[in-house]
Amino acid sequence: MAYEILEHTADAGVRGIGETLEEAFAEAARGMFSLMADLAQVRPVRELPVGAMADDLSGLLVAFLGELLFLRDKEGMLFSQFAVEIERENGGWKLGGKALGEPLDPRRHRLGVEVKAATYAGVRVEKTERGYIAQCILDV
Amino acid sequence: MKLEDLRRLGEYEWELPRVGEMRVPGRLYVSEELLRPLISGEVEAEGEGGGGQEWNALLQVQNVAALPGIVRASIAMPDVHPGYGFPIGGVGAFDPDDGVVAMGGVGFDINCGVRVLLTPLQRQEVEARKEEVADRLFAHVPAGLGSEGHIRLSIDEVDQVLKKGARFALERGYGIPEDLEYIEEGGRMEGADPAAVSQRAKEREFKQIGTLGSGNHYLEVQYVEEIYDPEAARAYGLEKDQILVAIHCGSRGLGHQIGQDYLQELERASKKYGIPIRERELVCAPIRSPEGQKYLAAVDAGINCAFANRQVIAHLVREALAPLFGLSLEKIRTLYDVGHNNVKFERHRVNGAERTLLVHRKGSTRAFGPGRPENPPPYRRVGHPIFVGGTMGTASYILRGTEVGMEKVFGSGVHGAGRAMSRAKAKRRWRGAELLRELGAQGILVRAHSFAGAAEEAPGAYKNVELVVEAAVGAGLNANVARVRPLICIKG
Repeated sequence: MAYEILEHTADAGVRGIGETLEEAFAEAARGMFSLMADLAQVRPVRELPVGAMADDLSGLLVAFLGELLFLRDKEGMLFSQFAVEIERENGGWKLGGKALGEPLDPRRHRLGVEVKAATYAGVRVEKTERGYIAQCILDV
Repeated sequence: MKLEDLRRLGEYEWELPRVGEMRVPGRLYVSEELLRPLISGEVEAEGEGGGGQEWNALLQVQNVAALPGIVRASIAMPDVHPGYGFPIGGVGAFDPDDGVVAMGGVGFDINCGVRVLLTPLQRQEVEARKEEVADRLFAHVPAGLGSEGHIRLSIDEVDQVLKKGARFALERGYGIPEDLEYIEEGGRMEGADPAAVSQRAKEREFKQIGTLGSGNHYLEVQYVEEIYDPEAARAYGLEKDQILVAIHCGSRGLGHQIGQDYLQELERASKKYGIPIRERELVCAPIRSPEGQKYLAAVDAGINCAFANRQVIAHLVREALAPLFGLSLEKIRTLYDVGHNNVKFERHRVNGAERTLLVHRKGSTRAFGPGRPENPPPYRRVGHPIFVGGTMGTASYILRGTEVGMEKVFGSGVHGAGRAMSRAKAKRRWRGAELLRELGAQGILVRAHSFAGAAEEAPGAYKNVELVVEAAVGAGLNANVARVRPLICIKG
């Protein structure tokens, strides 16, 4: 399990890698929050439910990351751990699970940049030799 | 795409001829130097200066040219680079009856733009108290990830923001009435409908109104270094060594959420109306369809949100600066406020006849030339000002709209330098604290909420803004009025 930050001239990409699809999604989310804060400083003390639905897995990744950005703004949270389940539903895909983190505190957290949105640019969700990967470009 | 695929029309003008499903040609307004990263082929070298890293921007120009109802050309302004659906620096005008409204033509930061304030202060006055001025602005204007504004909104009040735009802020005591005359569209889009905006989008605005954000957003105290067009400078009230304040920000989380929400809604609409999706951010709906109308009403609401945000921030700047220098708040005036991620109905001349078009500008500002009735009366003879952002360490430019620009690019302007290097690479190359010291030695005081964020915004990570201005002015699209330099920069 790991994430990688992908080079992009204007913005930044994120790639989650895992043995399962779920792990790859969770790592992509960690990668996205690593752009916004030092993850080691974000304690998993508060848990929020997350959910997303889409017609395909690319759409599910973009929707999931978008949901986390919504929760960041609405709840004033940073997240560092994720546990999600992904299943097929009505011919599409459904994600459910939880995000763990703590309220953002500029005095305690070393902050990075604010990610505006997850985009379909460079999106890939697939099984490779390295395991499952889930990646896309983020609008910063 | 290769150089041979393009037809040169002038020093700064190129045609991307119609091929495949393109309905109109592409038009590029770039110098050879600016064109180099856009084409693949002879130079495939990795890294800066090499060719081809931005080749997909031209594919995006082609994709936009294939959208239904596009009029005349798919336009790439001098600061063109790859975006989402539309290229950044992309302009596309559509027939209101047969055309479409496309999500990628607006993007995720609706009405991101620049407000510039005129002060009666001279460079020396601010130089003498630079630290104090920087500290006051840094403390008073909320910026950076997770920052909260001075105003807390209820859900009903968010609806008021979305309907009234800058006027909402004024009614709350943020601003002076004169401000509204110097904002594009008077600071308010009539077509805004809060019902077209999701509850989730509104919830993101509760604490964010009047916050700057982060990334490439900034607040800058600048001085006028050089004036190129004395007549326009007089109309704008600009003098050499005068202090200006530039505010670059957009519609914050609310705008981003509208983008995210309509990415899905417009994907459904594209399929429903049988419009091929060439890139998933280029989803669209016919302008006349219920889906298209709803998206336009949501975008107008997002535009109003950004106008309100900049209006609040502008007034916070007044509150921070005026008492320091013994000025009344009214002495700090709005030069102009103009967005660069918008879609709007406008009147334009096409083949000699005036008609209404829906103009998308993604990473391009409106730049209306002389005589346009939309311009504030003092600017009517010269066209309205536009602001071309440089970097923390380099000059910015004030340009104006021209007749040539009205004719060739639907009255559009360039908006900034554009990045040349990825954020990750910039962070490896520069350390935030060191960079700020270097800039300090050049007389530019930076206050940043994030050192990592500052490193990503290092001047060396950007293209040369002079090249962008040279092409815009050389092609006649915009005219040069003044060059300004930063003294203080506040970063999120």
